Amino acid sequence: MSRLPRSLAVVLTLSVVLLALYPVFGQVVFPNKHAFLMQKLTGIMIMAVMAMSLDLLVGVAGLVSLGHAAFFGLGGYMLAMLSPEYAAANLWLVLPATLIAVAFAAAIVGYLSIRTSGIYFIMVTLAFGQMGFYFFNDSKFAGGSDGAYIMVKPAVEILGVSVLNLGDKRTLYYVGFGTLVGVYLLLRVLLASPFGRVVSAIGVNENRVRGLGFDPVVYKLVAFTIGGTIAGLAGFLAAIQYGFVNPATLSWHHSGEALVMVILGGMGTLFGPAIGAFVFELARMGFEAMTDHWLLPMGAMIIAIVLVLPKGIGGFLLQVFSARSKVEDGQ
Amino acid sequence: MTGEPKVVLETRGLTKSFGGLVAVNSANYRFVERQAHAIIGPNGAGKSTFVNLLTGHFPPTGGEILFKGQQITGFPAHKVSRLGVGRSYQKTNVFPVFSCFENCRLAAQAQLPSSMRFLRPAGRYKEVNEQADRALALCGLGSRRDRVAGTMSYGEQRQLEIGMVLATNPEVLVLDEPLAGMGKEESEKMVGLLKDLARHFTLILIEHDMDAVFSIAEVLTVMVNGTVLESGPVEIIRASKAVQDAYLGDGAEAY
Amino acid sequence: MDIWFFLIQVMNGVQYGLLLFLVASGLTLIFGIMGIINLAHGSFYMLGAYLTFWLLQTVDSLFLAILLALPISAAVGYLIEALLVRVLYRRDHLDQVLLTYGLILIFNEAQRMLWGGDVHGIKVPGGLDWSIRLTETLSYPVYRIALSAVCAALAGGMYLVIQRTRFGMWIRAGASNRDMVAALGINVKLLFGAVFAVGAVLAALSGAIAAPINSIGPGMGDSILIICFVVVVIGGVGSIKGAFLGALLIGLADTFGKVLAPDFASFSVYGVMAVVLLVKPRGLFA
Repeated sequence: MSRLPRSLAVVLTLSVVLLALYPVFGQVVFPNKHAFLMQKLTGIMIMAVMAMSLDLLVGVAGLVSLGHAAFFGLGGYMLAMLSPEYAAANLWLVLPATLIAVAFAAAIVGYLSIRTSGIYFIMVTLAFGQMGFYFFNDSKFAGGSDGAYIMVKPAVEILGVSVLNLGDKRTLYYVGFGTLVGVYLLLRVLLASPFGRVVSAIGVNENRVRGLGFDPVVYKLVAFTIGGTIAGLAGFLAAIQYGFVNPATLSWHHSGEALVMVILGGMGTLFGPAIGAFVFELARMGFEAMTDHWLLPMGAMIIAIVLVLPKGIGGFLLQVFSARSKVEDGQ
Repeated sequence: MTGEPKVVLETRGLTKSFGGLVAVNSANYRFVERQAHAIIGPNGAGKSTFVNLLTGHFPPTGGEILFKGQQITGFPAHKVSRLGVGRSYQKTNVFPVFSCFENCRLAAQAQLPSSMRFLRPAGRYKEVNEQADRALALCGLGSRRDRVAGTMSYGEQRQLEIGMVLATNPEVLVLDEPLAGMGKEESEKMVGLLKDLARHFTLILIEHDMDAVFSIAEVLTVMVNGTVLESGPVEIIRASKAVQDAYLGDGAEAY
Repeated sequence: MDIWFFLIQVMNGVQYGLLLFLVASGLTLIFGIMGIINLAHGSFYMLGAYLTFWLLQTVDSLFLAILLALPISAAVGYLIEALLVRVLYRRDHLDQVLLTYGLILIFNEAQRMLWGGDVHGIKVPGGLDWSIRLTETLSYPVYRIALSAVCAALAGGMYLVIQRTRFGMWIRAGASNRDMVAALGINVKLLFGAVFAVGAVLAALSGAIAAPINSIGPGMGDSILIICFVVVVIGGVGSIKGAFLGALLIGLADTFGKVLAPDFASFSVYGVMAVVLLVKPRGLFA
C-alpha cells in the first residue's frame, strides 16, 4: 500500500487524537450520555478492528469471506469456556490460548476454503460460518442458543499486581482504542512487508503472481489465518466488554455486517473499513434514536453510498485528498 | 563457442488434450542456450497451449519437460518460474495499480528464498531493489520508474511486462506474442528490445509478425494443428515449400 | 425405521427440495445471466407470502390471492432492476452485494411497518385440507402433495420454456456466456429486466404456496435466501439442472437431518455443501 496523502494522514491522526481524548471531554460535551457513548465507542472500536481484519482478506487478498464472524465468535467463546465460573481468568493465559485456538481454526477453514474462488469462496466461508453458528446454537455445550456469561472479567496482573482493571469502563475504552491503533499499525507494517506485497498483488491478479514464482495458495492461507486471528482478538475483547457471548456473534448476519463495513468504508484502504465501522454503527445508533423503523433509513443510506461512492468512503477520501495534495504540490 | 550446443529446455512427446480435442500433439522441442527460437503457426495451432505447458500453467496430458536435464513435468507455474523459466503473457498482465518499479520489484522479490517475511518493509531489500532497477533499465523503462503502470501507454505496459519477466532473473524467456496489438512505432521499439535480449538469454518467442520473427529468431518452428510441421534454422524454413504452402503463403501477409 | 415413515420423510424432502428449486432457479439465473449476486431474492419469497396473506383478508380464495400477488411481485422486481440494479452491472460483485443488502434491510423494515412483527398462518384451502391415510397412525396431507405437483409442473414448464422457446434460447446463451447475449443482438435491457422479474415471481410464488404449511413471519426471507445460495452453489452457479439436483439434495439432507440428528439438523445442510465443494470446487454442474 502506498503512503496516504499527507493532508489525509493529518485528518486521520486528528480523528484518532479526538477519539483518544473522548473520555476526557465526553463528560463535558455529552453530560447525559457520556457513559453510554463511551461504552458504545468501545464496542465500535472493537468492530473496527474486526472490519480491518476482514479488509485484509476482502480488500487486500481478494478473499471475500462471508464467514468471518465465526472467528470473532470463537474468540468470545474461548474466553467464556476458559474462564472459571466465579473467579477471574489470567489474561496472560487465556489471551494467547484464545489466539492460538482461533488461528488453528482459521488455518483449517482457510485450508479447505481456499481451493475455491469467487462466489464459491463466499459460499464456502458462509457454510463454515453457519456450521460454527449451529455448533454453538444447537449443542448444549456453552449454553446453547442462550449463550454463555463471563461472570468475572479476566485479571491483568504482573507479578501478582493488577495493572489493568478490565471492569473499569474507561480502562476498557483505552484497551479498545489501543487495539484499534495497534492493529492498524500492525497491518500497515504487514502490508509493506514482502509478504504483504505478495498478498496485495494476489488481490489484483493471482495468476500473474503465480507466474512470477509465488505460490498464491500459501500466501492466501497465511493471510486468512492472520485475518481470522485478529477477528478472534476482537471477539475476545467484545466478550470481555459485554460479559456475554451468544451464537449470534458467529452468524452470517454478523459476517455480513462486517462485510458491509468494509465495502462501505472502502476495500483495501484499511483505514476505510475502520471508518466504515464507525459510520455503520453511529448511523444505526442515530437512526434507532430517531425512529422505530431505523432499518429503512439504514438501508437507504447503504444504497445511496453504493450508488454515489463506488470506492466507498475511504476511496472517496483518498480521491479528494490526493487531488488536493497535487494542487498543494503545484501539479 | 565450441562443442555441442547446450540444450536448456526440452520437451519429449509433450501432449495436451482438452476433452477430445488435442491441442498439442507429441511435441518434441529442444531449446538451445542463448538461441532465439520462434514458434509460428496459424491461430489455434496450439502455440499458446504449448507455452502454458512449458511454463507449468497447464499440466500436460502426456510426455515430459526437461529443464537443464532435470524433470520438471507437472511442476506448478510458480516452481517453473523460480527455476529460471520466465514468461510474458499474450494479454497485458501487469499490476495496473502498482508503479513500474513496484511491478518489477515484486517480480524480483520472487528471488528471495522466501517472501514469508512480515516486518521489514519490502522496499528495504537492497538486492531486490537493484535487480528491479536493472530490469527496468533493460526493458527501457528506467525513466518511467514511478509511473503507475495502468496510466502508461499500451506499448509501455507491454515493455513493463517483459521487464517483470527479466526481474525474475530467468535463464529462459518465453514470450507469448509480445508484439500483439502494437502500433508500428511501438513494434519497432519492441523488436529492438527483443534483439537485445536475444544476445543474453535463451528466447522462446511466439509471434505472428513475420518480419519481426525473421529479424530476431535463429531457429524457427512451424506448428499446425498441434503438431510440429517443420523446424530448423530460419533461412531454411523460410524457403521450405511445405511451410510456404501451409502457412507462409499468401495468408502470411495478413498478419 | 418404518418403511412408511421413511417414505413420508422422502416425500417431505422432495417437496421441500422442489420448493427450494423454484426459489433457487431464479437466483441462479440472475447470477448466471446478469452476473448479479442478489441478496434480496429471499425478500421476494417473503413478499409473496405476505401479499397473499394480506390479499386473503379481502378475497377468500387462496388461488385468487396468489394470482393477484404475482403481478405485484413482478412489478416490484422489475422496478428494482430498472431503477437500482441496472446501475451496477459494470461494477464489482461486492457493490451489488452491498446494494442488495441495503434492499434486504428496507424490505424487512417495510414488512414490519406494514404487517408487524407477528407470525401468521394461512389456512390450507378447502378441498385440500385432508390427509391420505397410510397406516393406522401415519397419514400424509394432500396439500403437500398438491404443492409438490405444482412445483414439479412449474419445473417442467420451465424446462420446456428454456429448451424450446426463443426466450429460453437467450437464457441458455446468457447463462453459458454472458457476453454472447449482447453479441446475438438481443435486447439486453429487456432480457435482464424480464429475468429479474421472472425470478422475483418464482420466489414470490414459492413463498405464497408454501405459506399454508410454513408460517409467515419476519426474517423468513433471510433464511430461505441462505439455503438457496447453498443450493445454487452446490449445483454450480448458473446451472438450472444443478439447481434442481442441488435443491433435491438439500431438501432430503435437511429433512433427514432433522429426523436422524435433530440437534444438528441445520449443520447437515452446510456439511453437505462443504463436502460437495471440497470435492468439486465449482459445484456439481458448473
